[in-house]
Amino acid sequence: MRFSKSWIDEWVDTGISADQLSDIITMAGLEVDTVEKVAGDFDHVVVGLVAECADHPNSDHLHVTKVDIGNGELLDIVCGAPNCRKGLKVCVSLVGAHLPGGLEIKPTKLRGEPSNGMLCSFKELGVDLPSNGIIELPEDAPLGMDIREYFGWNDSSVEVDLTANRADCLSIIGLAREISVLTGKPYKMPEFTRAKATLSDTFPINIHDFKACPKYYGRVFRGLNVKAQTPMWMQEKLRRCGLRSVDPIVDVTNYVMLELGQPLHSFDLDKLKGSLNIRFANEGEKMVLLSGQEAALTPDTLIIADENGPQAMAGIYGGINSGVSETTANVLLECAYFAPDAIKGRAREYGLATDASHRFERGIDYNIQELACERATQLLLDICGGEAGEIIRVESADNLPKPKSISLSMKLVNRVIGNNIVNADQVFKILNDLGIETRKVADDQFESVSPSWRIDIEIAEDLIEEVARIYGYNNIPNLPPQAGLRMIKSSMTDLPLDRIKSTLVNRDYNEVVTYSFVQEDKMKVAFPDVAPIIVPKPITAEMNAMRVSLLPGLLDVVAYNNSRQQNRVRIFESGLKFIPEQGAEFGIRQVPVLAGAVSGLANDEQWAVSNRNVDFYDIKGDLEAVLGLTQQSERFSFVPCNIPALHPGQSARILLDGNEVGFIGLVHPTVQKAYGVKFKTFIFEIEQSAILKTLIPEYKPLSKFQANRRDIAVLVDKNIPAADIINEIKVVNCHQISKVCLFDLYEGDNIDMAKKSLAISMILQDNNKTLEDSEINALVDKVVDTLKNKFGAALRD
Amino acid sequence: MDQLQEIVAKALAAINACDDEAKIEEIRLEYFSKKGYFTEQMKSLGKLSPEERPKVGAEINKAKQAVLTALNEKKSNMEQAALTKKLMSEKIDITLPGRTAEVGTLHPVTKTIMRIRELFADMGFQVVEGPEIEDTFHNFDALNIPANHPARSDHDTFYFNPDLVLRTQTSGVQIRVMEKQQPPIRMISPGRVYRPDYDMTHSPMFHQVEGLLIDRDIHFTDLKGILYDFLLNFFEEDLEIRFRPSFFPFTEPSAEVDVKGKNGKWLEVLGCGMVHPQVLISAGVDPEVYSGFAFGLGVERFAMLRYGVNDLRAFFENDVRFLKQFK
Repeated sequence: MRFSKSWIDEWVDTGISADQLSDIITMAGLEVDTVEKVAGDFDHVVVGLVAECADHPNSDHLHVTKVDIGNGELLDIVCGAPNCRKGLKVCVSLVGAHLPGGLEIKPTKLRGEPSNGMLCSFKELGVDLPSNGIIELPEDAPLGMDIREYFGWNDSSVEVDLTANRADCLSIIGLAREISVLTGKPYKMPEFTRAKATLSDTFPINIHDFKACPKYYGRVFRGLNVKAQTPMWMQEKLRRCGLRSVDPIVDVTNYVMLELGQPLHSFDLDKLKGSLNIRFANEGEKMVLLSGQEAALTPDTLIIADENGPQAMAGIYGGINSGVSETTANVLLECAYFAPDAIKGRAREYGLATDASHRFERGIDYNIQELACERATQLLLDICGGEAGEIIRVESADNLPKPKSISLSMKLVNRVIGNNIVNADQVFKILNDLGIETRKVADDQFESVSPSWRIDIEIAEDLIEEVARIYGYNNIPNLPPQAGLRMIKSSMTDLPLDRIKSTLVNRDYNEVVTYSFVQEDKMKVAFPDVAPIIVPKPITAEMNAMRVSLLPGLLDVVAYNNSRQQNRVRIFESGLKFIPEQGAEFGIRQVPVLAGAVSGLANDEQWAVSNRNVDFYDIKGDLEAVLGLTQQSERFSFVPCNIPALHPGQSARILLDGNEVGFIGLVHPTVQKAYGVKFKTFIFEIEQSAILKTLIPEYKPLSKFQANRRDIAVLVDKNIPAADIINEIKVVNCHQISKVCLFDLYEGDNIDMAKKSLAISMILQDNNKTLEDSEINALVDKVVDTLKNKFGAALRD
Repeated sequence: MDQLQEIVAKALAAINACDDEAKIEEIRLEYFSKKGYFTEQMKSLGKLSPEERPKVGAEINKAKQAVLTALNEKKSNMEQAALTKKLMSEKIDITLPGRTAEVGTLHPVTKTIMRIRELFADMGFQVVEGPEIEDTFHNFDALNIPANHPARSDHDTFYFNPDLVLRTQTSGVQIRVMEKQQPPIRMISPGRVYRPDYDMTHSPMFHQVEGLLIDRDIHFTDLKGILYDFLLNFFEEDLEIRFRPSFFPFTEPSAEVDVKGKNGKWLEVLGCGMVHPQVLISAGVDPEVYSGFAFGLGVERFAMLRYGVNDLRAFFENDVRFLKQFK
């Protein structure tokens, strides 16, 4: 809501500046966005009269004028405006005046004629009003009067960002009421004389749904002059509240809406046929709006219809058929109360949010229709002439909102705000000042009645908010909460995600945050078998599906960085993936996962390190470091896999106790290409539930006896997984073989093409004795035999 | 005996003049080997009378000691010099950078959440997370957001169907916690939220932290107390803070909290209020017995203020050069 500070001053004389006022109302919950001047910065501009006006002898468009500013002498001024003429009252900037934009008026000569001043347009004075030539002031404008004073231009236009509950402040009357309470200054409505009904005309009005429209007042006007000029004071008030002058009828309805918060609509009476019916639209009904646009009405839209069909969307927008036009003389004025529930959301669905719908859907004062109708009548007749009939009243009191009686105890006040912050007298005064009629029924007990303009007030807490708000939030002390100390339950077996993240960070990964919705088509390249959850109305086409893996987001990041000359990318993300699954809550499994990607060079370029590209074992090592934190790495296994996202020969499923919990591997070239990634990229993803538990370490005594190292080299078929061999060795004697390490892998010259050579070291140690050579040799032999039997391994010389 | 003095002088001169280790050894042999001068001298003691023997023996020993000391000293000096020379030859350029072992970074949003979490965890707030695809009951109904409320329109909410949305706020987690647990409750819930806005200052996905405290006799004064402490602690600055009345369907009274920026302008940083009794009822908590407060804040805004980031989009572009700034 935008309002003019000086309009408020007419209602409540606060004696404070617009900035001070803004601070006060902001701190009461009416947040001020902007305070703007209503005219540019200028001085020494006064009312003048063009006493003489002749054509300039040396110009085909300039006028040579003599202007009277009421001080007894006439100023010579050359003016180029086409509407400059003798007898016109004008705005004269005098010699020495400063105009917006830094212009200073000096005595000069224009094509040989002296010019000591300038006749101004609105534009030249920084005023946002239609500017066709110089300003034409009314004949009664007092000569010599400062133009800022004449127009009241030392005013401010204040934009206040109202919360949805404060519909009452969408009007000058509501703001004035609030400001009166906040400043302690009385407010009063400027008086006006109600016009007499001189016509006997009426018009049939039928409300079909009193719940949606509890009250509909109409009034017939005849003989209105739609060509009459809207008075400058009204145009100015409209402008300072953000509305443009259209014609006097529209201007008056807008004016009353601003003043009293009651949206009005005017129908061209001569275009209405039969009767007005307030009802919900029928399936398939259409209407052409005032804007010329055709709207297909939905059955939840309340409309005003006559025999020819819909003439207006109630509380939202008028129709073109019965709209006021240049030829209108007879009008039916609508002044109604539409229930918020009957309006809410509709305007937006049609893309037609209007000042009227904004007010109706938040809830206007349900008792102001009579006053608003009278006010509009008086203004219309004053400006456009003509005559008015009696108000046509159709209403159902039962369906109007009713004042609510609310009990309020000081006990609750103290509980909500804080003990003994406000006292009973303050509560009593604040509520009554706000127009919430409150009486004391006991020492610490009140009964309050909500006023017709505050339909947001329903329960005791609403009253307490009003008290706290007016008392001032910042006058309420800040205190530490008093609550019992309770230790939060936790377990050492919880492995914090933070610990896992810092492990990756310590291994030079950068954490990323990517969108949870990704591009379906691209994701399909990697995950053709999973139908993702589609976002029906995505914000962009690139964000139309919920991710079924973090892989798409990570690859997008790799590509983004590749295209910015980053040839080494190491990233990870933690977050949810969304897998459709029957039986899960909402049919969607929302799985927390951890995923990482490495791409391009293994190391930052550096003098001491010979660089290479990352490979599978880089990322696997990083993942194994994470798995190691669980203290139960042995429960995890890697098995070759064939998933479309990954290279079939360099990828694995990650199993925990045999159950799949993730994947790791080289991104498939097709996928890499689809995402525009430049370098080979390796990726892992693992469900967080698999890694967020660890074991509490259990002490094992260190052996006091000598450890022996024995190395063996075995030849096995290439396709035998090394992990199987290592695991098998451990099984041979887990008490005496304390460590097994694969320290070399060889394929190539000097050995069978189909074989690989594994060099394995074993640390042999017993907890209870020193192992004899014979025992050691027997153990090694047993290992070799086992490998031979299980894998056909041959000992290499 | 003069002879002995001469020998000592001669030996010392030889030692002094010596400049390599081989020669030192030669001198040692000359004087101390089995046939060396001092061995011979000691042998000759036998020829002396028992009275003379101790005196002469002592003199020989003294002379021997003098030569030996000089010999050892020379040897040690030469070794030291040799070592020094060797070490100098091993000199490296210590200004060269160490072998790369870069440490990565946490995302600034994560760092901010961790900081907020830590401050509240120290006061006994438990961290709880909730689903991001949420039903309209938890996202709207239970939070007292009426049907037809603008926030429910598909301009402001991503819908999958009329009952299922991408959560627009973390406030729904309040409800999920209260459904499972009677007060006292102290929790915070960080997480992703979604709204269909995408421009310079809006991201369709961003992060919030929701806080909730429900107990007996919790007042607005407590809410103010805790949030003042939080903001002063988070920003580590003597900030000007103001509580401004506002409106949220799920709190009553409601407030927005502004901090004064360096440019003198107030900047809204969070929304809060006393939990609306209807919300407590929806979640199965008796408002006659318990009261409490809730607050919600936008993590990106806090991160922007804390780190001076001036473009929201930077958080989601994930340019590694940006990320690497947040060690």
